[in-house]
Amino acid sequence: MSQHIKLKKGFNINLAGKPQKVVGESDRSETFAIKPTDFPGIIRPKVTVREGDIVKAGTPVLFDKKMDQVMYCAPVSGEVVEIVRGEKRKLLAIKILADKEVVYEQHKEHSSTEISGISREEAQEVMLKSGVWPQIIQRPYGIVANPEDTPKAIFVSTFDTHPLAPDYDVLLKNQASYFEAGVEVLKKFTSGKVNLGVNADAEVSPIFSNAKGVQVNKFSGPHPAGNVGVHIHHIDPIGKGDLVWTIDPYGVVQLGKLFLKGVYDASKVIALTGSEVKEPQYYTTYQGACIDKLVDNRIKQDHVRYISGNVLTGEKIDKKGYLGFYHHQLTVIPEGDQYEFLGWLKPTTSKLSFHRALGLLSFLNPKKEFVLTTNTLGEERAFVQTGAFEKVVPMDILPEFLLKAIMAEDYDDMEALGIYEVVEEDLALCEFIDVSKHDIQAIIRDGINLIKATT
Amino acid sequence: MKAIRDILDKQKPLFEKGGKFEKFYYLFEANETFLFQPNETTPAKGAQVRDANNLKRLMITVVVAMIPCLLFGIYNVGHMHFLATGQTADLGQKIGLGLVVVLPVVLTAYVAGGIVEVIFAVIRRHPINEGFLVTGMLIPLILPPTIPLWQVALASVFAVVIAKEVFGGTGMNVLNVAMTARAFLYFAYPSDMSGDVWYYLGDSQYADGFTGATALGLAAETTLVDGTQEVAATLASTNDGLFSFWNMFVGFIPGSIGETSTLMALVGAIILIATGVGSWKIIVSVFGGALGLGYLLTAFGANEFMMMPAHYHWVMGGLAFGAVFMATDPVSAAHTESGKWVYGALIGVITVIIRVLNPAYPEGIMLAVLFMNVFAPLIDHIVVQSNKKRRLQRATV
Repeated sequence: MSQHIKLKKGFNINLAGKPQKVVGESDRSETFAIKPTDFPGIIRPKVTVREGDIVKAGTPVLFDKKMDQVMYCAPVSGEVVEIVRGEKRKLLAIKILADKEVVYEQHKEHSSTEISGISREEAQEVMLKSGVWPQIIQRPYGIVANPEDTPKAIFVSTFDTHPLAPDYDVLLKNQASYFEAGVEVLKKFTSGKVNLGVNADAEVSPIFSNAKGVQVNKFSGPHPAGNVGVHIHHIDPIGKGDLVWTIDPYGVVQLGKLFLKGVYDASKVIALTGSEVKEPQYYTTYQGACIDKLVDNRIKQDHVRYISGNVLTGEKIDKKGYLGFYHHQLTVIPEGDQYEFLGWLKPTTSKLSFHRALGLLSFLNPKKEFVLTTNTLGEERAFVQTGAFEKVVPMDILPEFLLKAIMAEDYDDMEALGIYEVVEEDLALCEFIDVSKHDIQAIIRDGINLIKATT
Repeated sequence: MKAIRDILDKQKPLFEKGGKFEKFYYLFEANETFLFQPNETTPAKGAQVRDANNLKRLMITVVVAMIPCLLFGIYNVGHMHFLATGQTADLGQKIGLGLVVVLPVVLTAYVAGGIVEVIFAVIRRHPINEGFLVTGMLIPLILPPTIPLWQVALASVFAVVIAKEVFGGTGMNVLNVAMTARAFLYFAYPSDMSGDVWYYLGDSQYADGFTGATALGLAAETTLVDGTQEVAATLASTNDGLFSFWNMFVGFIPGSIGETSTLMALVGAIILIATGVGSWKIIVSVFGGALGLGYLLTAFGANEFMMMPAHYHWVMGGLAFGAVFMATDPVSAAHTESGKWVYGALIGVITVIIRVLNPAYPEGIMLAVLFMNVFAPLIDHIVVQSNKKRRLQRATV
């Protein structure tokens, strides 16, 4: 029973720097890193390699002592050159100097017909040790799934509506068979359905249309229509005690490759986007790539911010930083650390605002692309405006009350108001539009951590 | 601009931690951020770009929306003076007199309230909030033109301290700050807030045959006698047709400085709604609530005031101004979207109840807003509970 859900609430941030649908060649990065900080669920990361060790692509380098079956593996083969630690010896990254030719840990290969015959236990064992498992995210909490659980459903969103988001057609070109195989594997893990959320505003890509035995639901509307959390909310919502898993299409493909080719293939296509990129387009690389080679000579100016991911949920990294585990995008925008004389008062059309107080005439020019900087454009203040958050969260949730419940550490209210249904990205637009400039995603993560600690 | 920036940069260390004037940091911050949008950037994690709107912009939009009311109020104070005293005057004289009367009231409210804001900011070490830009303008607009300046100052101080700072400052207050100022004056100095205070006469006297009443006062006093005269007719016949519907709509009637003109309040409403700063749901529902109960009362019609055409409620007294600028205060109003309908409608209803059914007090919007401010959290609570219940039911499916 396919559903078509039309979402009205939300906001598309129309940024300059959309990527051309071309996959370009780039000098390969020399080093790659796996960062435990990319996984919010990791509590006590433990490194299994030492500096100087030689690893293959798919060799476990890290696990969480609290969930020690799940291995986090090297994306490429090479030598472990550095284990970076921060304050209190907090593990920040494991850097690997890549070989010229990637060598893989070999697992058993299957033909596409064999896959449906594999048992869950068998599949799980190879997924856990090969490195693909962390692609599976559990809701509530948005953390790496616990292999001992059986989710009531699995959700895959096949489109991304974030600003400048890459197109899965380009990211996963010619990988439909792997996607199909990946879905086949996923079906073993849930008692319910595997749900594909597809974009009703565009043609369904052939990559996804061949998957069998899945529930396809259409979504249309502005961002966050592509967020998997929104799909879950409308199709099979999570209450207390419920559990669903999510995985992005890249993860499904990686899963398919593990079974069809027998290797942990961490190669990926990423989009280099943003107003400060000379020619925004796609490049091939591997998970956790150092971005230095990617951005070399491709950026218009020096005073920029490099963001792993998109501008709403991404993370600032430096010029020699590493791509995040789940990111398929590197965004480059101008750093906004300048003062602006009477910046709050001037009438202007060059600034982007969801609120009509600034964007009163924006309907005259709906396709206008904006160049946004990292300036906060205002000071942090008390919550004053009401009713705005509701306009960008297409869920039956009262964001303002949820946030206040979190700040008051009121566990009952947090539960009742929907903390189980959201992760940071679902309220990222609230953070963007907030006139009082609160770090709303950080508040949400605090709330998730509070609730998680009680269970 | 560069020069101003240089001066600020030079002074900044004095106010920062360890500086000579460390205590006054937020005073400096207020001035600095007023002149320059700060150079703060977004944190490393989370949204890397932000909307161009901010609280300062939001507040200044409200102030802009009030400017038509202020300008009209300045004119009207002069206009009413010359009308009541029977003198003839040209536009310039009217505006001139209006400026002399109104500007000191506005300045007093800003200065007195501003000083309190600064004192609290320094003691509490919190930033000076922009909300006062709005409050400082609202207070003068809802006071009569004859108000003594010391009372304006006292009311501003009282309102900022008792209605706002004791609750923790902007964003935390329960009551509308400006309405609190007016209520304070109403109960503390009733003789200066009601009766013959609506015309600024200065040293002059009323012209012969001119009465100093307001429309609401006249309506309340119209009694049912033989050969009945309707309220509308009474209003229209007083002072040579001063209180005709259109006069009341445009605002050429006595009243608080900025409150008399429904037309100007509507201009403000258009600005607030077009910019999305004020909630159209509240504005519409206040008008709707007042009209609804007005119609209902004409159906009963036990006294003359009840028989008054319901749409007269819209243009008399401060209903329009209150609906547009007071009821929509986002902090003290209901926060939930469906709650806003109930909140606004009840303000309209209570205003009419106080006006028509309460013989002692002809104006109702002030008490209605304050009353519903107190009940707004309850309305929100009910809306939130129903949301919670919906979520719970859904979960068991």
